[in-house]
Amino acid sequence: MALHALTIHELQEMLAKGQVSAVEVTRDVLGRIEKVEDKVKAYITLDPELALQQAEAADKKLKEGTGGPLCGIPVSIKDVLCTDGIRTTCGSRILENFVPPYDATSVLKLKQADAVLVGKVAMDEFAMGSTSENCAFGPPKNPWNMNYICGGSSGGSAASVAADECIASLGTDTGGSIRQPASHCGVVGLKPTYGRVSRYGLVAFASSLDQIGPLTKDVTDCAVMMNVISGYDANDSTSVPREVPDFRNALKNDLQGMKMGIPREYFLEGLDPEVEKNVQKGIELLREAGAETVEVSLPHTDYCVAVYYLIAPAEASSNLARYDGVKYGFRDMSSDSLLDMYRNSRSQGFGDEVKRRIIIGTYALSSGYYDAYYKKASQVRTLITEDYRKVFETCDVLVSPVTPTPAWKLAEKIDDPLSVYLSDILTISANLAGIPGISVPCGFSEEGLPIGLQIQGAHFQEENLLNVAYNLEQRLNISHLRPDNL
Amino acid sequence: MKTTPEEVSHVANLARLRLSPEEVETMARQLHDILTYVAKLNELDTGGITPTTHAISIVNAFREDEVKPSLDREKTLANGPQQDGEFFVVPRVI
Repeated sequence: MALHALTIHELQEMLAKGQVSAVEVTRDVLGRIEKVEDKVKAYITLDPELALQQAEAADKKLKEGTGGPLCGIPVSIKDVLCTDGIRTTCGSRILENFVPPYDATSVLKLKQADAVLVGKVAMDEFAMGSTSENCAFGPPKNPWNMNYICGGSSGGSAASVAADECIASLGTDTGGSIRQPASHCGVVGLKPTYGRVSRYGLVAFASSLDQIGPLTKDVTDCAVMMNVISGYDANDSTSVPREVPDFRNALKNDLQGMKMGIPREYFLEGLDPEVEKNVQKGIELLREAGAETVEVSLPHTDYCVAVYYLIAPAEASSNLARYDGVKYGFRDMSSDSLLDMYRNSRSQGFGDEVKRRIIIGTYALSSGYYDAYYKKASQVRTLITEDYRKVFETCDVLVSPVTPTPAWKLAEKIDDPLSVYLSDILTISANLAGIPGISVPCGFSEEGLPIGLQIQGAHFQEENLLNVAYNLEQRLNISHLRPDNL
Repeated sequence: MKTTPEEVSHVANLARLRLSPEEVETMARQLHDILTYVAKLNELDTGGITPTTHAISIVNAFREDEVKPSLDREKTLANGPQQDGEFFVVPRVI
């Protein structure tokens, strides 16, 4: 198998034994990018020279035996995470030339682990979207079928991993933006518990929902990445001071004693039959691995989209007020007055979906509407959180589909924002409650598009998620499959 | 209640966005659809329910009031669309 098609843990072993060098691995990944990137369009910014420099430094450390846990592993970074000296666009014209003066904590941790940063990957503008079509420099395509969306908003992360244009990636998840593209591209994607991974240097969309997490080729790699990026950070006041376990130790050979809840509301009317069939097959395999299943109910699931599309835009409208053309980003130079400069810079710099969400959010927070919309949504958020608290008294994890359908065709829903919002119904609740969720591949549709299975758990119970996902992966044995059309 | 183009223009002004008349029309229609959808929250009685603003509540994340190095001025100003080496420059206000 080519080097670019290998996992972190496979490469770690080869690098440690000196069977291959970090420069060789990085060259191979760069060659792969050169070959397929024209079709996939996963990257916004590539820096091959810098990548090779980092690989050389990694080789030196490997020789000395001082390499970190990701020494010499090429990774891609969602373009919403600040990278010192490397352009960070958030998929937006307004930040087209923004070069951050510092690293996000999660990026710094990858660097300290001696990873090789290959480049910055495409995303929906400011992470607002479920298809990556809202990217000002895109869109990236689904490597399994280039006529289909790769999902979003971390679409470039998922596509770059699925197309072997990197070994692993960092994404962010505000309402499903790691899990949904992971599901559509047939890779593993974990949204950790809110507060588990520092958000310092993550360009804010909805601060109470945003969380950074890994997208990887298998579950073991996901655990390896979590070991590196997790932990308390004084620079993020919402970061939780809590010990980080070795997540690899969570991966066991069976699921004896694991109690899985099957939430009735997640097998909703309109669930694609192929999604249902593959998820049910996955659940059967998990039972064979020793897990016990119990049907449970999360009665407020049907309200999560309405809650989310008030709270997330409300927080976004406030967070995005900073793009005013003064300190960084695009400025309309023709404006004579300050107010015109603000208006013109923002109107020319932001795309349609971002403007739409700023309008929704500003409306929901404006005088006279606050109680009816924002406060009401925040109260229903409490009910959704309570549903989870009750359910986790009776089971360890929840198993369900990630998305109601496999990926759809590019441009198919571009004029129908509400129908795209509704497709997030199975992933949003986890963000509202701050709990972790993972997407792990569980099969393919007849058209050959990947389908994922979602596992959710209580706060800080990522180990249960990883263990269940690992057991499914071992029994399905599909994690080595790759698109054959590239 | 229908969302009017006037309401959208008002909100756009609050958000410092300049929208074309066509954008205002489209936005009014889409905002109306979304508000109609989210009205389903009114099916629930939320009297007495405490709103959640953060899923994991952390009270008072304090730190010591110590002087620490901050970002380099030159590097920080470098992203400014217009700056004079010390300050960001904006169109005349007064």
